[in-house]
Amino acid sequence: MSAPAATAASAPGSDSALLEVDGLYTHFELRQWGFLRTGTVRAVDGVSFTLDAGEATAVVGESGCGKSSLARTLLGLHRPTAGSLHFAGSELSSLGRADLKAYRAQVGYVQQDPYGALPPFMEVRRILAEPLIVHGIRRRAERWQRIQAALEEVGLAPATEIAGKFPHQLSGGQQQRVVIARALLLRPAMLIADEPVSMLDASVRVEILTLLHRVQQEHRLALLYITHDLSTVRHYVDRAMVMYGGRVVEQAPVDALLRHPQHPYTEALLSALGDPDAANAGRPRPVPGGEAPSLIHPPSGCRYHPRCPHAMAGRCELEPPPPDFRPRPEHRVACWLRE
Amino acid sequence: MAGPPLLEIEDLRLGYATERGTLWAVDGVNLEVRRNEALTVLGESGCGKSSLARTLLRTLPRNARTPSGQIRLDGREVLGLPEERFRREVRWVRIALVMQAAMNALNPVVRVGEQVAEPLRVHQRMGRREAQRRAAAAFEEVGIATDFLRRYPHELSGGMRQRAVLAMALVTEPDLVILDEPTSALDVLTQASIMNVLKRIKAERGVSFILITHDIATSSELADRVALMYAGQVVETASAEAFFGDPAHPYSRLLMDSVPRLHQEQPPRAIPGRPPSLLEPPTGCRFADRCPKAYERCAEPPPEVAYDTRHRVRCWLHHPGGRR
Ligand SMILES: Nc1ncnc2c1ncn2[C@@H]1O[C@H](COP(=O)(O)OP(=O)(O)OP(=O)(O)O)[C@@H](O)[C@H]1O
Ligand SMILES: Nc1ncnc2c1ncn2[C@@H]1O[C@H](COP(=O)(O)OP(=O)(O)OP(=O)(O)O)[C@@H](O)[C@H]1O
Ligand code: SF4
Ligand SMILES: [Mg+2]
Ligand SMILES: [Mg+2]
Repeated sequence: MSAPAATAASAPGSDSALLEVDGLYTHFELRQWGFLRTGTVRAVDGVSFTLDAGEATAVVGESGCGKSSLARTLLGLHRPTAGSLHFAGSELSSLGRADLKAYRAQVGYVQQDPYGALPPFMEVRRILAEPLIVHGIRRRAERWQRIQAALEEVGLAPATEIAGKFPHQLSGGQQQRVVIARALLLRPAMLIADEPVSMLDASVRVEILTLLHRVQQEHRLALLYITHDLSTVRHYVDRAMVMYGGRVVEQAPVDALLRHPQHPYTEALLSALGDPDAANAGRPRPVPGGEAPSLIHPPSGCRYHPRCPHAMAGRCELEPPPPDFRPRPEHRVACWLRE
Repeated sequence: MAGPPLLEIEDLRLGYATERGTLWAVDGVNLEVRRNEALTVLGESGCGKSSLARTLLRTLPRNARTPSGQIRLDGREVLGLPEERFRREVRWVRIALVMQAAMNALNPVVRVGEQVAEPLRVHQRMGRREAQRRAAAAFEEVGIATDFLRRYPHELSGGMRQRAVLAMALVTEPDLVILDEPTSALDVLTQASIMNVLKRIKAERGVSFILITHDIATSSELADRVALMYAGQVVETASAEAFFGDPAHPYSRLLMDSVPRLHQEQPPRAIPGRPPSLLEPPTGCRFADRCPKAYERCAEPPPEVAYDTRHRVRCWLHHPGGRR
């Protein structure tokens, strides 16, 4: 009954990666009347990357590009349609029930929906006790000690007072701190935070990002930070990968990605953003036309070609670019321009 | 030519009756909006932005008390107008409001075209065909293909639903459109394209806007002027140049430092502390307990000081004889 983490030494392939995702596909079948197949949503459609222990990576892309589906697949909440997922050397699909439970304890999760995240009729104390009970911490005193430590860690003090509150008695920022405390309770090796700040106010946003960064550094957590907003990745992660239509189109160290974007879609995401400046009001922002691609009938060739200002006829609409052109040593890009 | 501003708000107060007494969500607000001007109202969650908007349009919840102060439209007092006349002469006709989360409040069983035409049918008693024609024009203006008029809300993406509610606000050709957090639930590309639509409409139509948001970067995409609210009060009103370039209030400055910027070496800094409860606001300056510059005088309520023409600051530091 060994936890997957204990077998880290026997990792195949790379020797330092905590998480290795290779050719991952998560498709959803759409059915009518429960059996008639009416279509397939290719939510995650061939994603590969690695995440080292203690490394923070951002996953960036517009609404519907498959970020949450990727997260939920990594958490074991969706079964991948194809591809492999190694965590600390173990293939996830080969884990038995006990090992899967141990895996879940290794991965903290901050889910996207901020309102559904905390059960409304439970005190914070009970919300935090639950995962500890599930994972076999029977002594009440030990549970309370861990809860107290977690609350303090996320800056919720005094713990005794906060523990007695219901979620609606807390501000949005405080609720998100409770969610983070819960994700850290079982001392995970990896944290997946899905849009943890998009519903929060500007100044609270920075508080929560700073908090996530601090705990990530202190515990040497591997962090997958999911966001649609590239302006919130710098300072908080080491690397970033950009998703479009179920695929990763660019990955690089975060500074390189922001300074020298190589994929036209990354460029588009960047030019849609601006620092506050009175001059912004006078000029329209360049935004690619069209809408996000359908994942049921994705565009042929490069999925970005219908919106791409650089698309090369006879090429881009026909052949999908491979995911790993290397126009600069640190970048991996799926774009024919970088062949 | 100059004449009075389109909208003037003077000492506006709005309270809600609660179990624990009156909560003053809007507490002595002074603002003005000129023709073809965009004012953005910035502020943290709960500072009273939506309450201000709803007071202007009289779409208040049941427990709201009668607002006090003055609201002048083209120099004419409208806060005291009887409801019937307000409905006939002001709401939708002169001022339209896109409520917070309106894009999620569309009626799921009515085609969007019908819903966009509804203000015309209800408020201007326009015939069906003419109303549909105007709705189609509004759709084109906000950049949605007119065949979407026949679709239902769930068939539209978030960005398209937001455009549809914008079309609904424009269809009666009001002089002032108030938008309450129109982009905060959308991703950055959709946000940018909605802001582009607003910029174009402002230039082409000469409408005025009040854009309510907590997002500082978004506010700069439309603002001619900025009003920053804190705990029910406006603490600084300034031109966009002054506000984004050299804000005067200590809160404004800290807020600018909290903005994540794409290419800035120092990380953004959060503002320590939290806003006060509006049920028992501090008697002095409401920002004092978070303000790094607070001194003895801040225990008294600071007046709004005219710092410059059309630049006002509610802070003792900027009072004549105040400590700079
Ligand atoms: N359980 C499911 N069954 C069917 N389709 C699904 C399921 N979960 C997600 N999808 C679809 O998969 C696609 C990707 O969704 P996903 O939630 O992963 O996107 P996202 O990038 O997280 O978007 P957002 O930024 O809006 O959160 C969408 O088209 C969505 O409707
Ligand atoms: N019907 C109500 N009864 C009592 N209090 C209310 C009511 N509506 C709002 N409030 C309170 O009034 C204050 C201002 O609320 P308002 O919704 O105007 O803020 P806001 O700036 O729009 O916030 P947000 O950014 O979260 O939308 C808050 O403290 C809120 O809790
Ligand atoms: S492969 Fe072609 S269409 Fe795709 S992003 Fe590159 S240039 Fe544009
Ligand atoms: Mg998601
Ligand atoms: Mg509001």
